[in-house]
Amino acid sequence: MIPVLLLMTIGLILGYVLRNKTKFILFSNKATTLIIYMLLFLLGIGVGLNKTIISNIANIGFQAILITFGAILGSLILAYITYKLFFIQKNEK
Amino acid sequence: MFIVGVVLGLYKFLPDFLMENDFSMYSLYALMLFVGIGIGADSNALSVIRETKIKIILVPLCVILGSLIGAAVTSFFISKISITEAMAVAAGFGYYSLSSIFITEISGETLGVIALLSNISREIITLLATPFFVKYFGKLGGIASGGATSMDTCLPIISESTGKEWAIIAVFSGVVLTIIVPFLVPFILTFI
Repeated sequence: MIPVLLLMTIGLILGYVLRNKTKFILFSNKATTLIIYMLLFLLGIGVGLNKTIISNIANIGFQAILITFGAILGSLILAYITYKLFFIQKNEK
Repeated sequence: MFIVGVVLGLYKFLPDFLMENDFSMYSLYALMLFVGIGIGADSNALSVIRETKIKIILVPLCVILGSLIGAAVTSFFISKISITEAMAVAAGFGYYSLSSIFITEISGETLGVIALLSNISREIITLLATPFFVKYFGKLGGIASGGATSMDTCLPIISESTGKEWAIIAVFSGVVLTIIVPFLVPFILTFI
């Protein structure tokens, strides 16, 4: 996945240099959306063709929800600590 | 789009060249270039980082650390998913389109679907439960739960249940997380 990170960085620099070329930036944004939709479409096809995924979809969905719960709970706990430590005093002053 | 694809794939109602599914890697490369250009050209993305006080940085940092740690802990309860995989899924922060595409290309379709469902459900849970989160986890609750979606889809509910002055922090946190997703997901899957 090194090429992906490299391409991202090239894009960042290119975008910064060409930030005033409105037409080019608009094209780039449109291309981003288009490719995302196309890749999601391809992922959909791959999933539809993939018997292992289709027959295990309930199990896979359950795993996905579990990870989400973990991620949200972790974020909430850290956010709560940060809020108590750094944000409340400011409001009380 | 995803569901249309699933249905077409299920009924094999497709030309052969699409079933081969080989050019998605090159589309991903092109996508990365364009995403990079989009971020580089976005004057907001840069000024938001330049102008903020250090304290506000803590908010997206909490979401990143909290999500990764939470997912890592959860992975112990799911036998089929490794710590790395769970962390990569959580590193989507609700940005389901981009993160699921990355994960599909790097780790395969099964984990890609998990990432898609997990990150969509993060958005849905935030939309439904933000008032509850704010009540029990403080004013940052909705922002933390929303992750990358705090800047767009979840912003109205966050602003409503937390107050308008928190909307700026919500947008800031969402923007930072959105920018980080395309870096963090491949990074976790490659190096951890």
